[in-house]
Amino acid sequence: MPALFEKSEKVTEVLNKYQKVGREQLIPILQEVQNEEGYLSKGAVVQIGRHLNLPTSKIYGVATFYNQFRFKPFGKYHIMICRGTACHVKGSQPVLEILEESLAIKAGDTTKDGVFSIEVVACIGACGLAPVVSVNGEFYGNVDQQKINKIIRRYRSEESV
Amino acid sequence: MINVEINGKGHDVEEGGTILEVINEIGISVPTLCHMKELTPTGACRLCVVEVEGISGLVPSCSYPVSDGMKIKTHSGRVIQARKTIVELLLSNHPDDCLYCERSHSCDLNDLAREYGITEKSYPGKERGYPLDVSSLGLIRDPDKCILCGKCVRVCEEVQSVSALEFIGRGSNTIVGCTFNEGLNVSSCISCGQCILVCPTGALREQSHIPQVVDALSNPKKHVVIQHAPSISVTIAEEFGMKAGTDVAGKMTTALRMMGFKRVFDSSFSADLTIIEEGSELVQRIKTGGKLPMFTSCSPGWVKFVEQTYPEYVENLSTCKSPQQMLGAIIKSYYAEKNNINPEDIYSVAIMPCTAKKFEAGRPEMVEKDGTPDIDAVLTTRELAQLIKSYSIKLPELDPEEADLPFGTRSTAGKLFGVTGGVMEAAFRSAHYLVTGKETENLKLEPVRGLKEVKKANVKIGDLELGIAVVSGLGNARQLLEEIKAGRDDIHFIEVMTCPGGCINGGGQPIRADKETIRARMNALYNIDSTGHLRKSHENGAVKELYEEFLGEPLGELSHELLHTHYKKRDVLL
Repeated sequence: MPALFEKSEKVTEVLNKYQKVGREQLIPILQEVQNEEGYLSKGAVVQIGRHLNLPTSKIYGVATFYNQFRFKPFGKYHIMICRGTACHVKGSQPVLEILEESLAIKAGDTTKDGVFSIEVVACIGACGLAPVVSVNGEFYGNVDQQKINKIIRRYRSEESV
Repeated sequence: MINVEINGKGHDVEEGGTILEVINEIGISVPTLCHMKELTPTGACRLCVVEVEGISGLVPSCSYPVSDGMKIKTHSGRVIQARKTIVELLLSNHPDDCLYCERSHSCDLNDLAREYGITEKSYPGKERGYPLDVSSLGLIRDPDKCILCGKCVRVCEEVQSVSALEFIGRGSNTIVGCTFNEGLNVSSCISCGQCILVCPTGALREQSHIPQVVDALSNPKKHVVIQHAPSISVTIAEEFGMKAGTDVAGKMTTALRMMGFKRVFDSSFSADLTIIEEGSELVQRIKTGGKLPMFTSCSPGWVKFVEQTYPEYVENLSTCKSPQQMLGAIIKSYYAEKNNINPEDIYSVAIMPCTAKKFEAGRPEMVEKDGTPDIDAVLTTRELAQLIKSYSIKLPELDPEEADLPFGTRSTAGKLFGVTGGVMEAAFRSAHYLVTGKETENLKLEPVRGLKEVKKANVKIGDLELGIAVVSGLGNARQLLEEIKAGRDDIHFIEVMTCPGGCINGGGQPIRADKETIRARMNALYNIDSTGHLRKSHENGAVKELYEEFLGEPLGELSHELLHTHYKKRDVLL
């Protein structure tokens, strides 16, 4: 283990459950580590690599192939925006663009101050309210460009209080 | 044997091969961008598609096994149209800056576009605008020019067992990059440059030192000296359209003088010096119970590999600096003093077959106490050829000149450093003398000759019986290290060259060399050795003089200060 990273106890616990396994168990391990830590940290990937005798480049290659893995923790306010068919037809693309622009991050990323993160999801199951956005599980329907700005402002002001 | 019909003609062919192997065997070629003989086929580029009767889609011949009764069309109208479309699609988001691309004369994509008569952008695609990765001392990555053939990924993993490069992301957002999308400098990349040799476009190239060298040459205050590595004189001819394996040492010296280099030295001289130091170190380790097996340390990619991947074996690396660094240190000390030149005014250039040598020259261990680097700039064979051309010098037409004294004197043993097994052979010739005080009759060490990537032998030097191993390609080195880790103890001395076949196939050598070209380069070095008069490093008069006038004893105090170093564990993202 390079001194660059500390071993994480949570990751060690997960890995202890996967003794004498090979790369075929990589994805289950990644999923479980992400469940525990909320994301895949560099340290975790290095630690998994050591355990499975796999270069980190290979693990990173696999993990970036799937949408489910993230490499930064969620923000304090995790914004999920639906890009399913109904939401798309009702105009979720410009909403996402405004979201990305005003938070200055791309979908899948977390703001530097750790307050916001954006995740694109395929369908939230509330097509009647399209376009739909959810923030930490709270749902907002019929979101248009004005509404999304209002939502962001609200959470920003909560944060500054 | 099975029977297949290819383009209307029946052929009896071996079972078990791919369609591509079979059609190549009977002399038909199809274009490929991602195919690499001996490595895993991936079917990534689809240029090798052929038509097979009974299969509705086109079939990638590189990864499709041939079977009895198959009817194959390799160049039907449908196939040719499909190949053309593939090239057009590859070009759709490829930068149009071919005029300024280093690989415009050796670009597979460019060649294909010409072959298929593509004269315009048929499918205008979005330019990707990825940033250049200039973080490494040896290489530059330009993901915009990458066509995702995956050759670099495979050579890095399957040949070098380094796995610094990998496919990142999915679909149209896929790029080839390093772990965590970070720079090469924090990755496990060893700067060997094998990826450059296989890259079909300009997505991978060396960090050029040409501008610095040109600046130094036009600075009247600078005393610019140059050394050339053993393999350069037998490979650079190819860049000037001459036959592979032509030795142009003399012509190259003439060209370098015409360009304004004050002194032209030969790294084969310091290869001889390395043999004396490294041979003495080996004998000392054996006599005093030092760490064995001892590994050679001339190949900087290998040194970094040990530091990051096998830190527990760092002490097994010879403490000798590489010939490049030894000569660099001697030039800025002994040579400067003798010629009354301020070391700060010397600009020391090395021509190397290697991109990792650029990394080595920049290592903090390679800077002397007063802050002067042993080597100021490193040019690859390709860069030197380009530099010579920029001075409008017609290398093939030049009259040969002799290298400068004293560091132009070399044995042919030093010259052998350019090919796998060469360091071992040179060491054997001199170790015999160092151990027994007598010369060996048998100069040729047959078991370590040739391009085979793993060679092991037992040799007898006087009463001393030594187990030796010679490996090239770090995948092979890793295997040997694993054997040693598991308890293998019959090997005392191991020569490792990072690139398969040694420096003649280094990452800085002319691109597009096939096996035959590499063989011609090797034979050229063997030929120089067999026809030479001075064939043992310890008989090199200039080396002897250096010890008498300056260094004193091998492994002496001054040697330790200038010619040896210590390596240590390195943290990278493995």
